[in-house]
Formats: sequence, C-alpha cells, structure tokens
Amino acid sequence: MQAFDYVAAKSLSEAVNLLTKYRDQARILSGGTDLIVQVRENHRQVGMMVDIKGVPEVNTLSYNGSLEIGASVPCYKIYSNEAIKSNFPALVDATSIIGGVQIQSRASVGGNLCNASPAADSIPALIILGTQCVVNGPDGERSVAVEDFCDGPGQTALESNELLVKLVIPTPAPNASSFYLRFTPRNEMDIAVVGAGAAVELSADHQTFVSARIALGAVAPTPLFADDASSLLAGKPVSDESIEEACEAAKDIATPISDMRGTAAQRTHLVGVLTRRALNGAINRIKEGS
Amino acid sequence: MADGNGYKVVGTRPIRHDGVDKVTGRAKYGADLNFPDMLFGKILRSPHAHAKIVSIDVSRALAHPGVKDIVTSKDLPILSENILAEDKVFYKGHAIVGLAAVDVHTAEEALSLIDIEYEVLPAVTDVAKAIREDSVVLHQSLTTNTLGEKTGKPTNISSHVRHQNGDVEAGFAEADVVVERTFTTQTVHQGYIEPITATAKYNPDGELTVWTSTQGAFNVRQQVAGILDCPASKVRVVPLEIGGGFGGKTTVYVAPVAALLAMRTGQIVKVTMTRDEVFEGTGPAPATLIRLKMGATKDGRITAADTDLFYEGGAYPGSAVGAGANCMFAAYKIPNLMIDGFDVVVNKPSSHAYRAPGAPNSSFAAECVIDEICQKLDLDPLEFRMINGAKEGDRNPIGPRHGKIGYLETVEAAQTHDHYQVEVGNGKLRGRGVASGYWGNGAGRSSVNLTVNQDGTIMLLEGSTDIGGTRASIAMQAAEVLGIAAEDVRPAVVDTNSIGETGVTGGSRTTHATGLVAIRAAESVIEQMKEKLADHWEVNLNQVDFADGTFLNSDNQISFKEAARICSPVVGSVTESTTGAGGAFGTHVVDVEVDEDTGKVEVLRYTAVQDVGTAIHPSYAEGQIQGGAVQGIGWALSEEYVYDQKGQMVNASFLDYRMPTSYDTPMVDTVMVEVPNPGHPFGVRGVGEVPLVPPLAAIANAVSRAIGVRMTHLPMNPGSVLKALNKI
Repeated sequence: MQAFDYVAAKSLSEAVNLLTKYRDQARILSGGTDLIVQVRENHRQVGMMVDIKGVPEVNTLSYNGSLEIGASVPCYKIYSNEAIKSNFPALVDATSIIGGVQIQSRASVGGNLCNASPAADSIPALIILGTQCVVNGPDGERSVAVEDFCDGPGQTALESNELLVKLVIPTPAPNASSFYLRFTPRNEMDIAVVGAGAAVELSADHQTFVSARIALGAVAPTPLFADDASSLLAGKPVSDESIEEACEAAKDIATPISDMRGTAAQRTHLVGVLTRRALNGAINRIKEGS
Repeated sequence: MADGNGYKVVGTRPIRHDGVDKVTGRAKYGADLNFPDMLFGKILRSPHAHAKIVSIDVSRALAHPGVKDIVTSKDLPILSENILAEDKVFYKGHAIVGLAAVDVHTAEEALSLIDIEYEVLPAVTDVAKAIREDSVVLHQSLTTNTLGEKTGKPTNISSHVRHQNGDVEAGFAEADVVVERTFTTQTVHQGYIEPITATAKYNPDGELTVWTSTQGAFNVRQQVAGILDCPASKVRVVPLEIGGGFGGKTTVYVAPVAALLAMRTGQIVKVTMTRDEVFEGTGPAPATLIRLKMGATKDGRITAADTDLFYEGGAYPGSAVGAGANCMFAAYKIPNLMIDGFDVVVNKPSSHAYRAPGAPNSSFAAECVIDEICQKLDLDPLEFRMINGAKEGDRNPIGPRHGKIGYLETVEAAQTHDHYQVEVGNGKLRGRGVASGYWGNGAGRSSVNLTVNQDGTIMLLEGSTDIGGTRASIAMQAAEVLGIAAEDVRPAVVDTNSIGETGVTGGSRTTHATGLVAIRAAESVIEQMKEKLADHWEVNLNQVDFADGTFLNSDNQISFKEAARICSPVVGSVTESTTGAGGAFGTHVVDVEVDEDTGKVEVLRYTAVQDVGTAIHPSYAEGQIQGGAVQGIGWALSEEYVYDQKGQMVNASFLDYRMPTSYDTPMVDTVMVEVPNPGHPFGVRGVGEVPLVPPLAAIANAVSRAIGVRMTHLPMNPGSVLKALNKI
C-alpha cells in the first residue's frame, strides 16, 4: 500500500473542490469496503482520499412520495427500513447479500454503484426500480438513469470532479413488487456468477402483466437493463409461456465471459433460470401482498 | 468416571487449557510478534509459470530509502531452490529474491524496483499433459526411476512404483461385473487461516532464534540449520500458536530467508506471506489422474483391482503417490491387485502434505468404482463392505497384515444409524452416498517433561505444537496416570532449547506418541514419589503402593497432592521414539440434493463414523472428524486451483478459491466407534486424517445417484453438474 492524503469533507462543496483540485488522483471514500481493499492490495493508486461520511446530504434516507437514499447510507440501514421492506423488496434482497454482516454495516449502495462491478448485486435491483442517480459537481446537480451510470468494469458516467449524492426511486404502483436474486456456488462470501432482478406490475386480477423491468448482472461489462425482455411482457397473460419468452429475450442480450467463476455457456443458461425465478418471485410477492 | 470406561479423566471433556487466551484473542500467533526496530521482509516471486532467469539486478531496490538488505539464492549457504530459485523458476509464485526494509510498505515498493530478465518457457500445469512424450520437460536432469531402474531419458515422471499381488487378469475373468473409470482431482490447498510467517533474530555470538507458526519446531530447526549451514544447536525455534496447519506447516518457506536477512543485517526480521503468496508459494495437495478397473462376482466379492495413479509433485518430485497407493484399498480383501504409481512434475507449486496426504485422491477413485459395482449388482453399498471389509489378521492388499482394527465396526455403526434407516428421496434430485477410508497413522519421537509442584499441580512441557487440542489430550493422559484432575496439569508447548527432540504434529501421531511419552513420564514421577515416600515413611519401597491417585502402605494413605508436598521437587522427563500407532478407518454417509436448473449441490445431511481407538477428549476427536468432513466437502464441490492458458493461477484468494463456509455445510454428525489400539496404554488411535479420506467419494456417490450420471471429476461445481445433466 502506498501513502496517500486523506480529508474528511464536511460539505458537498468541500468534496467537489477537492475532486476538482486532485481530479484522477482523488477518490471518494464512503464505506471503504471496496476502496480500502483495492488500495491495500495495490490494485489502485490514490493520492487523495476524500471521505464523505460527514457530508449530511449523502446520509439521508427518506420516503416521501419517492425513496431517497443518500450515497453513503450503509446496507443494513436499507434492509432494516420498514418502508423499503414493504415497497422495494428487491433492494432488501440485494443489500442483505452484499458481503457479510460486518461489510453490510459499512458498505453503501452508492459505493456499490460507483465501484461499477459488473457483478454488483445492488445495481440490477436499482435498475428494475427505475432509479435516478443525483450527481453533484462544479456545475451543480445533474441526474442520470442508473442503467446509464456504469460504462464498463470500474468505469462510470461520473466526471473526475463529480460525486454521487443520492439515489431517487419512484414509488411503485399498487399491484407491483420486485425481486432480486443471484447465483453463487457458495451460499455466502461469494460473487454473483449471474444476478437477475425483476420488477413487475400486474393487473388488479393478477392475470395480466401491466409492465415489467428486468435487469441482469455479471453477464456483460456492466449490469444490463433487459429492455426487450421487459417490454414484451406488457399486456401478456401471467403464464409460464410469457415468462419463458421473457427469459429467452433476456438470454439474447447476455454477452458473458468465461472465467474462474463460471463459463459463458453456464452464465447464459443461468440468465434464463434466474430471470424466471426473479419474475416468479416478484409475482408471488404481489399475490401474497394482496 | 467417564462413561463407565474405567477411566477418571480419559473420555471426559474438560475446558482446554489454552481456551481462554484463544477465545479472548490474547493468544499470540505467528505474526503477532513485534520488536522495536524490527525489519520487515518481502519476497519477490516469479510472475511466470516456467522461465529461465537471465539476470537479476537489485541495484535500484537496494538504493531505495529504507531498504536494508537483499538476498538471492547465491547468498544461501546451501542451495535450496524452493526457498529461493537459482537459475530457473518452475511455477508462478516461485520465490526469487528476499529483501528487508524498515516497514512492510517500503519493502513492497522496493520489490517493484528489482529488475529481473526472464526467458519465458512453455509451461505444463496438467498431469495428463505432463506425462506425454511430447510434453515440455521441467528438469533436464530428471529421469524416471521406474521400479528401481533409471531410464536415462529426461521426463516429467520422476518415479514409478508398483504393488502387485495375484493375477489381475484371472481375477477379472472370474468377475461377473467389471467397472473401469478414469478420475481426476484438482490441486487443493490446506487453507489454514493464518498465513506462513517467521521472525528471526541473530546475535553476534552465532545464536539464531526463529519465532514461527509451525507443526514442528524441531523440523524448522533442522531445515533452517541445514539451509544456512549452521549447527542445529545454534538455532532456537520458538513455536507460537498456530492458526491451522493440516500438513501445510511441516516445512519451511520464509523462515530461512528471514534468518538469512537477520544474520546479514543484525536486526530482527519478520516475513509474513499475504494470502495470494500462501496459495501460490506454498505446497498444496496434488492434482491427480487415476485410472481404475475393478471386478466383482455377483454375490459381491471383489476379485481384482488394477489401477494407475498419476500424482502431481508440482515443481519438484515428491507427491504423496506412495501413501495414496498404500491407503487406496486398505479397507478391503482383494486377492488380485496391480497398482502402478507415478510421481509427475508440473509447473505448479511443489506439492506438500495435506491431511492424509495422497489418500483422499486414490480413495475417491476406489470408493466410486465400488459404488458403481454395487449399483450394477443391486447390492447395498454397506452390505458390500461387510462382505469385502478387512478385519484383524487380513492383509492390506499391498502387503502388511492389519493388527487390531475397527473397520467393520464403522460399517455396522453406519448401517444401524438413524441416518441410514430413513429414506432420502422426495421427488427432487436427491441421493445418498457412502464411502470408507483409511489412514495408517504415525508414531515416532516425542518428549515430555513433568515437574511436580509443591501444591500437587504439574507443569507439563512438551515439544508437540498444538493444532488440534493436544495440550488437553496429552495433559489428560498424564492426569489419568497421576490420579489428578486434567486442570491440575498445566501443559506448555516450549521451544527447541527447552525440551527433547520431538517430531512434527502430523501423521495423526501426537495424541498417540506424545501422549504415550507423557504416560511414561507420569509413571516415572510415580516411581520417584514412591521412593521418596518409602524414605519418608521409613518402609521398604515395595511396601508403597499407588492406586486411584493415592499413595499408601499399611499405615498411611495420602493423596497425590499431599504426597507432592512431601516429595517435591520431582521431575519426570522422557524422550522416546514411540511405536505402536494403530491405523484407523472411517465410513461416511451423506445425503445431497441437486438443483437441476443451476447444478448446485446442497449437502443435506452428513454422518461420519470413525474408529478412534479410545477418544481421550471426545470433543476434540469429534472436532477433528467434523473438520475433515468439511474440508472434504470443499474438495468434492468447490475447491480447486484454476489456471489460465499461461499456467497462471487465477483464483489465489479466499473469495475465489471457494472453501465451504458454515452456510454451505450441515451439522456433521459424528459417531465414534472405539476399538482400542493395543499399541497404546489407553488405546489411542490417530483421528485427524482419516476423516478427509471418505468424503470425496461419499459426496460423488451421492451426486451420481441423485442425477443418474457417474461423476468422476472433482470438484463437482455447478458448471460441471450442469454439463453432466446436459443443460449446457
């Protein structure tokens, strides 16, 4: 590990000023569960670490018409929040399987997103929930749809003088729910071979899909929004056939690699399996909730 | 009295003497040691799987502020290529240069300033390829020693051994069913949590001290003294607490480098590996390729077995193929046998001991083929083992006769266990597998020093490092003889200057061998106290008796504690090369469920039966059995070294090496069968290694029966199960 400078920023403007000064040499520190490990193992060189845990705006968690999650809010606060449990269950699914209990006490969803791992568990969940990312920089605030946030492994839409402030998620419709799951060979302490999330809105009689959003992890350089698989379900009956059709469409957009965590063929197969399970999981939640 | 076994201490479950320090985090492990002005060592390792070292230039690193010294193989008094490579590197992670700096970060940074020019060579990391005529050859000087004859031709096959008995062709002709299969297992690591570490101090008078975490302090002394060409008597090795070994801490890696740097700088030097260094730079268990053909009659008698065992030695010869051959069929009576065993070098780390070295691999093949024979004959697999299983007086098919053994008792206990009585299926892909396994266990040199304190407590010094609760199991044996409580014996593992020579804590030998020596030392203490009491009571020695913790003659009767007040100081000190280790068997039953969509195998229920001879501390014997079974689940389902095209290991981390966690394993039920070993006063048999032998096959048999496809390659990870199911 190399020596680096460290500043605990007290305000967004202080953090942005530091980023503007140090640009590529600077890195935002929140939970640190990725960053500190990367620096310790010499996978990343950092000249200036800007700790934002003391910045008020990145620590908010509120639900008023929409859900707002500050970029530094740790996983455990998310999965133990009652409003999130009722309305955004896919977020609970995802945040409760990121690392172990100690990691969940520190790791933030904002950090998981900014680390931009193709296998990040929270990102498909954020995609299916239609999340907007609020970003702050020298020119003020801007908003980016979460499916457009990641550019590649470790690469994001953030400029080097910008930081993520919060995630804004709209309230789901009445007959809607969401589900995220991943496949790992081990039951814990593992990274998704494939992840899949589905948010579904059904008709009042639960017989027809009103809309659906499907997202995939670990099958491309970034987490994917499965646009075609999602839109083809709208207006279709809730049936095994409709679901299979969506699963096949999801498999079509997967471009996985073969590595020590799984082969491309295994991952493509798993996209079908997990998409089906995610859709059925969300549908069952709607039925159970009514 | 414990379970009515006739003993007062043996068979009870006292709290371990080292327990409080360990659960409160106060115990000092290898890397916990720090000294003022200590230097930190780091090792530069090969980025290539196979390469010639053209040149090494350390000048930039040596000029780096804070760097104190740099050493290469040229600085080693005696060349030891696996400590620091000479002119070739044989695996990624092969150590080349050692350096010492004022802190670990400076040392790390300086590594990047060392300039090494390599001539990269093609690598071979697969035993099946390494044995081919056209393979890349690692060592031009290596020729096969085949059945005692040198071939004279450079090859990767370093040795060929054979066990032959009867006539296998006649045996197969007699068989009603013959099964032949080829099996592979991958390289796996012991996975001890504490990385390899050593701290060395050298004084101007030539005294070298090494603090380390090891299974054998005397072993470290011998190896360090040998490599540094100094008298062993000048080397003091201080064993610290050890965070797991499983055979992997019976040799040295960084200790000679730390010692050399300490000698040259005059400062204390600590070298601690990172996790990737542990995976890439220490000795894992070998990958294997095994072909096996077995035959049996329709009434279930084995008629013949013919096998070829190819074991990877890694970069240098020395795989455990011999032990694999010895253990493979030990549980059975086989009239016609042919085993050909080959030790093969490949561009991987030099393989080393891992819990029952060699036996899990060969038994995986044997027990899977037996299961398939049982399926073909429609025979219950445990019944098959009752028909063919060995008992006292039968020969291990490779030769020696078994003494008193408890194999059939383990099979019977498995048959009658509730687990084997209930059905496994419920419509899903479920299966039950069974398998047996054997390990010969060891004895050898141990030393114990008992000092009787005035208050009647005992100080017990021992040379055996404690990796599995042996402070307790040895103290208990002394306490049993002395007629006192286990808590009244205070055991301490001491350094090599403070106790007689002692072999490694390995080979499942410690509770047997060091226990036996503790018994002898306790008997010596009793004899000495009887003499002193005879003087004290003014009677003849033969008039003083000792029974049930009481010294007595016709007029007097006093407890051990009262006697201690009269007799202390008394010291009983014994160093002995023990014999009489008893081999042991286990039989495991496991139920699995396979997710047919994902290929993931869930272990639903696991029962491990083992003949433990006599369990001194049943909790630690059970713990050994559970630990072995869990490591076996890892071998079977998830663990492997994954290599890329260039022969580079790509998963050198606990994240991607995928040992099972507590979420992946059910509670392992243990059943201890006690058939006492006549070679030990209390009947102890080694327990630590046997439980890693059966799980691979037991789980493979369960998965094979669940999915209806024979699984012959480990690990049976989700991808390979999906392939077997034709899903991908």
